[in-house]
Amino acid sequence: MSDQIRLKKGLDLPISGAALAEVTARVTPDLVAVKPTDFRGMVPRLLVKEGDSVMAGTPLFADKKNPGMVFCSPVSGTVDAVVRGDKRKLLAVRIKADGRGEAVRFDVPKIASLDKEGMTELLLRSGLWPCLKQRPFGTVADPAAAPKAIFISGMNTAPLGPDPEFALKDDFAALQAGVDALGKLTRGGVHLSLAARSFAGGELHKLTGVVFHQFEGPHPAGNVGVQINHISPINKGEVVWTVDLHLVAVIGRFFLKGVYDTRRIITVAGPAAVKPSYVEVPAGVCMSSLASYFEQGNVRVVSGDVLSGEAVGRDGFLGFYHNQVSVLQEGDYYEMFGWINPFRSKKFSVSRAYPAFLRRKKYDMDTNENGGERPFLMNDVYNKVLPMDIYPLYLFKACLAGDPDKMEQLGIYEVIEEDVALCEYVCPSKVEIQNIIRGGIELMMKEM
Amino acid sequence: MAKNFFDKIRPTFSEGGKLSWLHSSFDAFETFFFVPNRVTRKGGTHVKDCVDLKRLLIIVVLAMVPALLFGIWNLGEQHSIVFGLGWGFWQKVWYGFVKIIPLYLISYIVGLGIEFASAQMKGHEVSEGYLVSGFIIPLIVPVDVPWWMLAIAVAFAVIIGKEVFGGTGMNIWNPALLARAFLFFSYPSKMSGDSVWVGGLSKALAGGTPWKGGEVVDALSGATPLSHASLDGLSAAGTSAWNLFLGNIPGAVGETSVIAILIGALILICTGVASWKIMCSSVLGALFVGWLGTVGGVTDIPCWEQLLMGGFAFGTVFMATDPVTSAQTETGKWIYGFLIGALCITVRLFNPGYPEGMMLAILLMNTFAPLIDHYVVSANINRRLKRAKTV
Repeated sequence: MSDQIRLKKGLDLPISGAALAEVTARVTPDLVAVKPTDFRGMVPRLLVKEGDSVMAGTPLFADKKNPGMVFCSPVSGTVDAVVRGDKRKLLAVRIKADGRGEAVRFDVPKIASLDKEGMTELLLRSGLWPCLKQRPFGTVADPAAAPKAIFISGMNTAPLGPDPEFALKDDFAALQAGVDALGKLTRGGVHLSLAARSFAGGELHKLTGVVFHQFEGPHPAGNVGVQINHISPINKGEVVWTVDLHLVAVIGRFFLKGVYDTRRIITVAGPAAVKPSYVEVPAGVCMSSLASYFEQGNVRVVSGDVLSGEAVGRDGFLGFYHNQVSVLQEGDYYEMFGWINPFRSKKFSVSRAYPAFLRRKKYDMDTNENGGERPFLMNDVYNKVLPMDIYPLYLFKACLAGDPDKMEQLGIYEVIEEDVALCEYVCPSKVEIQNIIRGGIELMMKEM
Repeated sequence: MAKNFFDKIRPTFSEGGKLSWLHSSFDAFETFFFVPNRVTRKGGTHVKDCVDLKRLLIIVVLAMVPALLFGIWNLGEQHSIVFGLGWGFWQKVWYGFVKIIPLYLISYIVGLGIEFASAQMKGHEVSEGYLVSGFIIPLIVPVDVPWWMLAIAVAFAVIIGKEVFGGTGMNIWNPALLARAFLFFSYPSKMSGDSVWVGGLSKALAGGTPWKGGEVVDALSGATPLSHASLDGLSAAGTSAWNLFLGNIPGAVGETSVIAILIGALILICTGVASWKIMCSSVLGALFVGWLGTVGGVTDIPCWEQLLMGGFAFGTVFMATDPVTSAQTETGKWIYGFLIGALCITVRLFNPGYPEGMMLAILLMNTFAPLIDHYVVSANINRRLKRAKTV
């Protein structure tokens, strides 16, 4: 079964520095970190202390609410530091890698022999459970929940993101094992959404045991949240799980090889990237291992894409879920009469108030805000980049007002930050929309 | 060079500086000249579109410039006709220019003054919203309006119409229209009737002596065709549809020339700054009621001529489309626009005492826009609830 869904709303950001289809390095890192802050809704309890030696697959911390849910080291080495922030909040567990690549060996049974409980227990114990995220709210999946279905996006529309067909071309066996394993967790099926070109004889279309969906359209068509909204929207009381495709491969590798292996092929790209291309790294790799890809000067290094990623700095670490690093020049300059300039040929705008829509070129985008923050004024810009049956402005205002009933009615269950990131990009009032949605989600989680 | 100047005086206005309480004003002027160096913040997008409110609002102002330029010439033209002066082109333009400049000075000094002061008090940045409202106001009031009245109207519109609701983006009614409505209801003698729409005419009539020795040819020729036509039909108003379209008739400065307004509409629609849906549905609504009127025998004016008369075109293009006070949902915009057009013509047809329906039609629909949106959004909410039940 398959259906074809064409989305018209959205925007493919014309940003320069796209990655060449070439793997230019396979990084063996010196330093990695596992950041509890990557996992929403999880309260960490530390299981190691500084100086402990660990292997790939050794638990570093567990969830206080689900003590069985562990978060593991992606490499072998010693615990270098436990980084804490305000109120002793655990920010990261840093591990100095020894480069020996030792891993905890798991005794993996055949996938077919496992039932839901057995599969859940195995994924929890092996540290793979956090690969599953839950909607609403994008938290780590609750092992006790019964998800309506599991959704995987097999297409990537994020700016400068890796092409899954290329990045996972050696991992198709692992992907098959991964979707087989996920199939044990739900009765609603594993749904895989693909771009049109992956459909026509693409490798991803050869996977079995999944329900295919075909999507076409600009970003955010590749966001799993948008796809769910069109396949089977989330209603109150329902729970679905989502898994990033590259983490499906991680789960599959575990069943094929019996080890916790988080290596992934990511893009290092962007206007301030030197030789933008693909690189193989483990989860949580330190950006200093990728320093040769970053330009000198005042550069922002983002783990994730430029719309919804996290600025981590040159010494930061790749997020657990991220499969790309974006590099941008900081835009801390003044631009004389910028907004009066009729052409402003170096800057992109989706608005026809600038003639950018006449140009077909890529722009060296930077981090300048391009204006001051103002109240919401324009009302028709947001729904043009949100291909969902939601009134975005009303949802944002409900979040600002902190009204849980209204948020629920207007569709807070169906979005997370990344889905509204383009609304923030296009906002002429420069409102921090992702932070507003984040605030709304946090309030809803408290209320429930 | 300008950069150095701002850098030099910045410490004075920053926290701890002597004039730190003027920070908002400093900021407003600096960002007028320079797009600030602020970078995107934590937890948000790292890149942003280069469009900002300044850009969008300056385009609205630009779109009104044709109407303003035509209006300036037309002020001189009408004055010259009524007083039989036989002026040349530049004399007319000069007359209009001299007439309109004080109105703009008052509009911006009073309006922006209040905006700056209130931003200062709240510690906000100064919002650019008033640039547009302040540009509209002189275009829709009688050119001879006493300056003190205009100042009070502007103050009323900005304070009661906008700031009490929380400033730009929060207001219910279009501030420019509110200023006009204030004048209309507070000082009706200066706002309607036959003589107010030609510069110098009411003064000359009141004084009993023709202005500057000229001779008042026909006092009645100062009446707008709208007020005439509403009583006697268009030909009795002594003008043709072509003149209405061109705009060389008495009336408010910006409202007479449909062709100049259409140029503005084209700019707004091409740049996507204003909603074509509102403009389109407003025209449809006006045509519909205008047609009903002719069919029902209420009026002899063909429905399309209604579009050319009075403030309809200006209101539809520049005031009904105000993104803050209009309906916010796309479906709501169709309903909102249609009702504005329909109401405007309804007022014209059934209220000969006050033929200009556009101002009240827009203000009324401004009031009801949230209600329209409420029902449109409720439909979405119900869809979501129904989905949950059927699963």
